Amino acid sequence: MSVDLSQFHQVFFEESYEGLDVMESALLNIDLSEIDDETINEIFRAAHSIKGGSGTFGFKEIAEFTHVVETLLDLIRSDQFEMKSDHVDLFLRSVDCIRTMINQLENGISCDMEVADELKALFTTLLDGESAEGAGSSAEGADSNDADSAAATKTHDSQSGAEGWEIYFKPELDILRTGNDPVRMFRELSELGELSVIAVTDEIPSISDIDPEACYMAWNLTLFGRATKEQVNEVFEWVVDDSELVITPLILQSEPLDEPVTLTNEDLVVDESDATNEFEGKKTSDGKSSTTKKAVAKKDVKSESASIRVGTDKIDDLINMVGELVITQSMLSELGKEFSIENMPKLMEGLEQMSMHTRELQENVMRIRMLPISFAFSRFPRLVHDMSKNLNKKVELVLLGEQTELDKTVMERIGDPLVHLVRNSLDHGLELPEKRLALGKDEMGKITLNAFHQGGNIIIQIIDDGAGLNKEKILSKAIENGLVLASDHLSDDQINDLIFLPGFSTAEAVTDISGRGVGMDVVRRNIQELNGSVEVESTEGEGSIFTIRLPLTLAILDGQLISVGEQVYIFPLVSIVESIQTLDQMIHRVSGGCDVLRLRNEYIPIVKLWDVFNVKPKHETVENGLLVIVEGDNIKIAVLVDDLLGQQQVVIKSIRENYRPVHGISGATILGDGTVSLILDISGLIKLAGVGRDTYKKISDDNDTEAA
Amino acid sequence: MNNEETVKDLDKVNSELSEAQSDEQSDQYLTFFMAGEEFGVDILAVQEIRGWEPITAIPNAPSQVLGFTNLRGTVAPIIDLRRCFGVESASYGSATVVIIISVETATGEKIMGIVVDAVSDVYNFSKSNIQPSPELSQTKQAQYVKGLGSTDDKMVILLELTEQLIADSDVVVDRQLSVG
Repeated sequence: MSVDLSQFHQVFFEESYEGLDVMESALLNIDLSEIDDETINEIFRAAHSIKGGSGTFGFKEIAEFTHVVETLLDLIRSDQFEMKSDHVDLFLRSVDCIRTMINQLENGISCDMEVADELKALFTTLLDGESAEGAGSSAEGADSNDADSAAATKTHDSQSGAEGWEIYFKPELDILRTGNDPVRMFRELSELGELSVIAVTDEIPSISDIDPEACYMAWNLTLFGRATKEQVNEVFEWVVDDSELVITPLILQSEPLDEPVTLTNEDLVVDESDATNEFEGKKTSDGKSSTTKKAVAKKDVKSESASIRVGTDKIDDLINMVGELVITQSMLSELGKEFSIENMPKLMEGLEQMSMHTRELQENVMRIRMLPISFAFSRFPRLVHDMSKNLNKKVELVLLGEQTELDKTVMERIGDPLVHLVRNSLDHGLELPEKRLALGKDEMGKITLNAFHQGGNIIIQIIDDGAGLNKEKILSKAIENGLVLASDHLSDDQINDLIFLPGFSTAEAVTDISGRGVGMDVVRRNIQELNGSVEVESTEGEGSIFTIRLPLTLAILDGQLISVGEQVYIFPLVSIVESIQTLDQMIHRVSGGCDVLRLRNEYIPIVKLWDVFNVKPKHETVENGLLVIVEGDNIKIAVLVDDLLGQQQVVIKSIRENYRPVHGISGATILGDGTVSLILDISGLIKLAGVGRDTYKKISDDNDTEAA
Repeated sequence: MNNEETVKDLDKVNSELSEAQSDEQSDQYLTFFMAGEEFGVDILAVQEIRGWEPITAIPNAPSQVLGFTNLRGTVAPIIDLRRCFGVESASYGSATVVIIISVETATGEKIMGIVVDAVSDVYNFSKSNIQPSPELSQTKQAQYVKGLGSTDDKMVILLELTEQLIADSDVVVDRQLSVG
């Protein structure tokens, strides 16, 4: 009867991450002056599911830790404990801790219990104070469930179980329908010690009234042995919420020391009912096996989740469309069987329909990969909360356009650059409250994250109302670092742009958060890898706006088809500045065989694609061909091609998958006639042609191999 | 006409192929002719056999890599075995056959096609029937050869399916590339 539970682990991890996200956002939303019951319930439910799941799968570290968290939450829920702001922080830290633990488990590393133990100790202190108080105030101790389970955790360590337990177990009628079999539980119990079972059959109705699937029985169980209360509780873990369960320590000197525990939780639903199948995995042995605690590197391995949640409406749309496609297809094949020329209009009509359906299908399939940007934004409330506390700044975070949809891959890779920019705004941008007041600004700083669509792009803006960029400081720093010459005259925009250069940081002190001199260049590079761009606008004293522009998806690209000889290549449309037919006097020959194009007082090196790619062209010389001026890594080159063909959207296919990276090529696509066409990688091309050996070269070195 | 026959042939070979693949007991090799010699590839690596389709040249590719073809939406490189073995190239047309193989590499399984003159047969070779090819071991062609298989009176050159098929054939060029 052993089921391989490991197949469900991934689902558990994903659900737990979701649960943690729920907890986190709910915690951040708590208004301490007026605590909303529903919010607390939400947090509690999430914690409870994680506890239940981790118990089932035998992740006892998480189950134990979550249990403590849950206990305090339960106290708060039943108004026996007043929640204060440092408690919120404590919970937030616990969420982090659980997340780390799950992450470690996911990566097959045993849990690092250091933080967990520390937090657990804090919780226990809180609970201790409270349970003493609780016992004092409610003398009857009728509803001392929470205090008691807290006490249980303590007794668990101090006295490892009594002589045995007396258990009264009365499941609800539906227990069998939910897949929980009492017999199996008793078998579990009997493994903990000697068990005697007495059935209470009082409530069994007469035979004519019996519902064969209901359970009318209750049981009095006596368990002899040194089992701990936790072990006993575990057996009933999945049914406790819907059953009446009283566990009393069996003391041989017939003098009960402990109050009976009644566990009834109406509002919690056991949703993984078949989980009782296996409890072997979590037979607890009390020894903590964390000898490898220190050895494990504290590495937060990021695993991008490979699965995706899609709304059923999207799926329904797809099924619908595929259905229509099939109908059209069968119509066409019918038509093809006995084709006569009179049917030509019908055929055309059918083909028209088919192409319409295919296009719709494509659009909808693409939509599956699209997620609202709130997935990427959701981490910021927490980040801002923590950081503003750290920096003693008062910050209000405004999120706009959270429903803007973005490709999942882009979303996963834009997270880090966004975090970086927000941190920067908080750390460097916003001033301290006193300074803000002195400047006549609102004490509360404001950071706005805004996302919206513009054309085929998505724009993400990070707006702060802080000090803005200090142009003089930037300039002097850049001169000091040798990035520009003192004699250079730079426009304001150019000065602002300097912050994106490698090795640039103006922070006077290197802080914990930012200012290590790596940063903005990495941000720009990451965004460029996604075929996007980032720029900054700033007004001194009023704030700055960072604008990120990203393509909606990485899977489709707007391309310009060009031909060289018999080959057709594709330029990403975004990289093209202009295309021109040249006049002789615009071309200048520089010694060393490199031609340059003089265009509006700018000298642009000419790259002959046929030469670089070693193919036979129609026109070898610049005079007869066309020049496509493209830009990559801030370098412009003029690429000589034979002809410009159409523009079209192309679906990007990897060439690495079955081949290896090719210099100057970022991928391939399949054209309408079924042939393969290669997509050009501008920065790779620049490097391949040997143009632009200056400060930018370093960046392109790193970049071009990534692009495929 | 000729075309139709080729197609029929391919169907036949493809069906034989699937039969052979179901029998996992022995080491089976699909053999084919190229420049008068009989070559063999591990049948489990063979995905399918196709006719010739237009290909797209890859810039600065090693000489044996003819280019990319569209394999039902997947972009796969096509290798000219003649150039691997330094045999004079032939012209390719509708009668040319491409064997699609999957090759285990360090970065995962890669699908590629090899161009051959004609598909021949499926043979069983036990380990004892395969001998290394010492006389080739010094030359660069040796890296493509796994060994020589013999059956009755025939000798079959068994191909080594590695990343070498798409690697630069000339070591000197390779070094230049990695420096530049």
